[in-house]
Amino acid sequence: MRRLAMLLLALFLVAGPALGALSPDEELADPALEARARALSKELRCLVCQNQSIDDSDADLARDLRLIVRERLLAGEDESQIKAYLTERYGDFVLLTPPVRPATWALWFGPLLLLAGGGALCVVFLRRRRTGLVEPEPLGPDEQARLRALLAERGKETSP
Amino acid sequence: MSASAADRAGRRRLLFALPLLAFVGVGAFLALGLGRDPSQLPSALVGREAPDFALPPLEGRDEHGLSRADLGGGRPMLVNFWASWCVPCRVEHPILDRLARDGVTIQGVNHKDMPDKARAFLEELGDPYDLVGSDRQGRVSIDWGVYGVPETYLLDGQGRIRYRHVGPLQERDLKKLLPMLEEAR
Repeated sequence: MRRLAMLLLALFLVAGPALGALSPDEELADPALEARARALSKELRCLVCQNQSIDDSDADLARDLRLIVRERLLAGEDESQIKAYLTERYGDFVLLTPPVRPATWALWFGPLLLLAGGGALCVVFLRRRRTGLVEPEPLGPDEQARLRALLAERGKETSP
Repeated sequence: MSASAADRAGRRRLLFALPLLAFVGVGAFLALGLGRDPSQLPSALVGREAPDFALPPLEGRDEHGLSRADLGGGRPMLVNFWASWCVPCRVEHPILDRLARDGVTIQGVNHKDMPDKARAFLEELGDPYDLVGSDRQGRVSIDWGVYGVPETYLLDGQGRIRYRHVGPLQERDLKKLLPMLEEAR
């Protein structure tokens, strides 16, 4: 029985990290504040793992940043103040959603521009094709004579 | 074939070349991205004054600790974030020792470490640091924008951050670092 308990404990310890990055001792007592902390943590990038938020990441630095987020919320700061604190140290990269400013316009509006450009090309192409198909170039006098000759020949062949 | 037909054929050929051109463009863009090391993030602090901080000394090494007032003062220097548990720190340590012997001032921030382990590390591998501050909570490191040890910052004589190196300093990094130190005077 004792051995089984030890085994279960060991398994639990191994599985611990998979249960979520946030450990119970980090949580704030006030559920409303804790909910804000979690929401904000999901918007902040873990600089070590880079494509995880600090809410998801087990990295040491992510834990420290989660604690800082909670400390600052407790001290009465709002989300934008905490984001400003972190971008001052880690740059915009710490935000998982990059801010809209002239340097990031290409990032935000580039895809829309590409879509609009591609759409315009499609429209032009389709229109031109439609008109292009119904108006083939008229035959020249030589070509018309040759066509008449061929048709006459064919008429002779098929009629008995 | 009339002139306008030849024209149209030429235009069509150009249209066929368009996907190829687009492919080459996108390929070149991606190739540039491939050559980049994603762990080498630009520091938000480059060009700014070093943050204000005061760290207690590494117990048993010195009495002084390390604070903002120790930086600048007319001489360029390196500030190195390290820990005894950090393997790449061990790798870069001989380079720091050599730089110190060559007269480069290096300040150390001992990041989330046990004082006795940190002292043993310095006894074993040499002590290149002018001063060492002990940052057991790692909070000063966060103020500097450090996201993993080792990181090394180059400061000019006014205490402004000129450059940040992420990861262990290696022989090839000195080619870049030494002229910058010279220039930061």
